[in-house]
Amino acid sequence: MSKDHELERKWITLTRIFKTGCINFVRNASLSIAAMAVMLITLTIILFSLIANATFSNTIKQITDRIDVSVYLKDDITPEQRDKLIADLKNIDNVKSVNYVSKDQALENYRKQNANNSDLLVAISQTDNPLPASLSIKPNNPNNINDIKVFLEGTDIQALQSDPTSYSGDRKDAIDKITHATSFFRTAGAIGVVVFAIISMLIIFNTIRMAIFNRRSELQIMRLLGASTNYIRGPFIVETMLYGIISATVSVILLNALFAAASSTLQASSLGLLDIDYSYKYFSDHFWVFLTGQIAIGIVIGTVSSLIATRRYLKFKSPK
Amino acid sequence: MILLDRVTKQYGRVGTPALDRVSLHIEPKEFVIIIGASGAGKSTLLKLLTREEKPTGGKIIVGGIDYEQLKDRDIPLLRRKIGVVFQDFKLLPNKNVFENVSFALEIVGTSKSEIEHTIPKVLDIVGLKGKEKSMPSELSGGERQRVAIARAVVRQPKILMADEPTGNLDPKNAWDVIRVLEKINRYGTTVMLTTHNQEIVNKLKRRVITIKDGKVVSDRANAEYKVA
Repeated sequence: MSKDHELERKWITLTRIFKTGCINFVRNASLSIAAMAVMLITLTIILFSLIANATFSNTIKQITDRIDVSVYLKDDITPEQRDKLIADLKNIDNVKSVNYVSKDQALENYRKQNANNSDLLVAISQTDNPLPASLSIKPNNPNNINDIKVFLEGTDIQALQSDPTSYSGDRKDAIDKITHATSFFRTAGAIGVVVFAIISMLIIFNTIRMAIFNRRSELQIMRLLGASTNYIRGPFIVETMLYGIISATVSVILLNALFAAASSTLQASSLGLLDIDYSYKYFSDHFWVFLTGQIAIGIVIGTVSSLIATRRYLKFKSPK
Repeated sequence: MILLDRVTKQYGRVGTPALDRVSLHIEPKEFVIIIGASGAGKSTLLKLLTREEKPTGGKIIVGGIDYEQLKDRDIPLLRRKIGVVFQDFKLLPNKNVFENVSFALEIVGTSKSEIEHTIPKVLDIVGLKGKEKSMPSELSGGERQRVAIARAVVRQPKILMADEPTGNLDPKNAWDVIRVLEKINRYGTTVMLTTHNQEIVNKLKRRVITIKDGKVVSDRANAEYKVA
């Protein structure tokens, strides 16, 4: 038999396996629906966990970026004292950057911030610049600014400061809250994913077992006529791959609809801790990645369970 | 073509074996009838040949294939070389005649055009021309069995094993089926037929192998039915 001919045979067999799988999927509809429903739940939980995780991380990052330590300097300190302070601060491990804001810049910033408030602008222009120069310190790790704090509380450093140090403490509380919530949701999500993945695998496993039972006479005839293992098994795998593809597509569409509805009808940018607008944007930006990923996960769940079921219930091994 | 050398099949650990040191040699293009009472071991013999069962002892060689060397994954390839017909036809009830026969070709990757070219010829041989679209439920027992024969021979196997193919049929239908088997044998296929039917055995005048309690008790050419 020529190589081309053999290749053609393989191709024909493959298309027949796919065709049979699709036909069986339709015939098996009542059983398939249960398997797909639970797979839909599993995939939706996976997808939602991923998006929620990304959203929480984003919220934390946004707040963290805004966190800084502000040191207000007395008007009478010399440029040398200032430069030495900056250099000392930069030597601390947890300091990412130190930004010097001069009195003039501070006034300029103040004017910009209060551009709409003419009374304030008039008032400030009638006095000497009352605003102190300051150092804005960005920490590498905002959760652990103790070393910076200890340094700034030194008496020689305190002597250089006109006002108490500002630590953006309220933001730190918010971060702590979100960090806790995130780790809780991560754990809950992971447990949910595992539990539902196992449930959907068991249900698919049983669906295939029933399908094998329903078609046992046909399968026996196939075997006696010399159908190969893959030819008998293939349609079951195709059938469960279809469960995966359909459930994944529906889960992505469903979540898309939910986000669209939530961000337009709730008119709220955040639902508790979850920033809906960001979630929706993140989801839309990664739509194709999510769709492909979900389909891949769905196919893997379906294939693994049907491989186990067919191995268990289609007896390919010859009797001893 | 078919060689059995002291083949034994024992189900379970104790009791009498279903087949006890059976040795047989069947030449290519032979028409062999195997007779014996129910439970004598006829069906076990066919099951060993199609490798539905493994022998407990002895050697089986069919068409040059030594079953001892046969791996599980090669069993389908073996079955493609042997056509099998059963007493209960084993047709797919939701497929019509054409589809039932083409099923045997589809599973080995035969192209659609080849299937459409081959099946009418085979249906003509078994006398079912024009019944392509009929469902098995619309056919008589004899016609159903002829569909099963068409399915078994459509891949042109060297060997055809028919396990009591007339067991469920009235005399007329039974003879229709036997005539088809003879025709296939004339085309060059080795035929192994197991039967209870005394009249068929006596009229065919072929080699008759009698099995009793798992043993070959007689093996005679041009023989008549004789319960040993």
